[in-house]
Amino acid sequence: MEWLSDNVLQHLREVSEMPDPPGARYRIGEQLGRGGMGVVYRAHDSELQRDVAMKVLSIGDADAERMRREARVLARIEHPGIVPIHDVGTLEDGRVFYTMKLVRGARLDAYCRQSHSIPDLLRLFQRICEPVAFAHAQGIVHRDLKPENIMVGQFGEVLVLDWGVARVLSESELDGPVMGTKQYMAPEQSAGANAQIDGRSDVYSLGKILQFLIAAPAKPLQSIARKASAAAKDARYSSALAMSEDVGRYLDGLPVLAHPESILDRSRRVLGHNKTLVALILAYLLMRILLFLYSRT
Amino acid sequence: MDTDTRIGGGDGRFPDTRHSAIEAARSGVAADRAVAHETIVAAYWKPVYKYIRIKWKSSNEDAKDLTQGFFLRALEKDFLDRYSAENGSFRTYLRVCLNGFLANERKASQRLKRGGGAILLALDFTTAEGELLQIDVAQDDSPDRYFAREWTRSVFEIALVGLREQCAVHGKQIHYSLFERYDLAEEDQRGTYAALAGEFGLTTVTVTNHLAWVRREFRRIVLEKLRELTVSDREFRSEARALLGAEL
Repeated sequence: MEWLSDNVLQHLREVSEMPDPPGARYRIGEQLGRGGMGVVYRAHDSELQRDVAMKVLSIGDADAERMRREARVLARIEHPGIVPIHDVGTLEDGRVFYTMKLVRGARLDAYCRQSHSIPDLLRLFQRICEPVAFAHAQGIVHRDLKPENIMVGQFGEVLVLDWGVARVLSESELDGPVMGTKQYMAPEQSAGANAQIDGRSDVYSLGKILQFLIAAPAKPLQSIARKASAAAKDARYSSALAMSEDVGRYLDGLPVLAHPESILDRSRRVLGHNKTLVALILAYLLMRILLFLYSRT
Repeated sequence: MDTDTRIGGGDGRFPDTRHSAIEAARSGVAADRAVAHETIVAAYWKPVYKYIRIKWKSSNEDAKDLTQGFFLRALEKDFLDRYSAENGSFRTYLRVCLNGFLANERKASQRLKRGGGAILLALDFTTAEGELLQIDVAQDDSPDRYFAREWTRSVFEIALVGLREQCAVHGKQIHYSLFERYDLAEEDQRGTYAALAGEFGLTTVTVTNHLAWVRREFRRIVLEKLRELTVSDREFRSEARALLGAEL
């Protein structure tokens, strides 16, 4: 009987799981990642002569319909912040696959390990809100927003990935198994109350993502994140766009809706945002005082 | 070193049934039970023996006796009847029971009373012992992880015997040779498809196609074996993910 070393064992597991697409169109390359439902490979589309990403349902995962549903959801929401889908099909062994644009870049969690200024991260956050808001406008809730499902492309573009557990609001869904990632999941989602899930459930996750992005946020940013991830759905922003706009107000030095200001807060904000102007005024006043004193002598 | 006695049935033949061996072992038909026992022992004896040796730090001789004793206990009907797929995989159930058995045996120190050291099942411990010398056991390997990896190794080894036979029956010895030279080789000896093509007098595309065929066959045989070793569809799917999916 063959004896298999650990390395050979691992190699056998990988090649056994490797997809075997029908026909000669796709040539499978290395594994790019693994999610809850499937494995993503680099594949070469020999007809169109380009590399694509191929997501294949994991062996043993019975939920082929969920995979097809994800493909349909992706096909329905065309947005620069959502990876376009090219093709969907079934392997000879019955596993469902789909191909999509191959995104080159870094996952948000990896991207954040590099040094970035707070305004840059906030602008990035606003770009995350855009495709989410667009999907909400199409009646689709992502339900699994987290840094691992967000990709920052080579040109700074942001792509929201993994729509495998997305909910189409027009389709009824019974309360049932909890899908998503606990740390970023809204309370109504954790409770398995699927009927109560709407765009504000994603807003909750966005609040958690904002907390992840900014390690030591200023008070207004803390208030924005707190409001977004409030336990009560009605206390959250009504939409991802409303949250993004509040972040935009902070960036523009305006008062944010989530943070009621005291006079001291307001002064600090105005001073903080108009440093150059304040410095010029102070310099001018100092000069006037010096001139005044000089004229007295 | 002794020859491998392969208690999984003669020389580890390709399983010709997709029925659950666990279910058959619980049936009232003696002939079915005997075949099912062989299947279960064939897949699990090595992981059990190695687990006792490594994770319970037992001596070679103690581990042999304990393995024999455990399987005699595990093949009793009430032991199998108590297993429910609702509560997890059979693999986990077996390992949990093994832990309980070993704890009791240690406490009672009764191992020799069981059979006075007589061989009860024809298990090739010499081969298993030789394999232990070739495996580096990671210090942080949890008992569950260790058992799962040894179980995967055991199932794959059985599947490979079936695969070799299938290739021989269908006249695909070249396919198997390519598989052996590429997929069963250590990484530093693997070479390239082009080199294999040159060596076997084939085109690179043919090598690619042959390997794809053998891998597909291998996966099919592994999954059929797994079907035998599980009870419910849910358990089968979950174990398939563990066997071929996430990293061990």
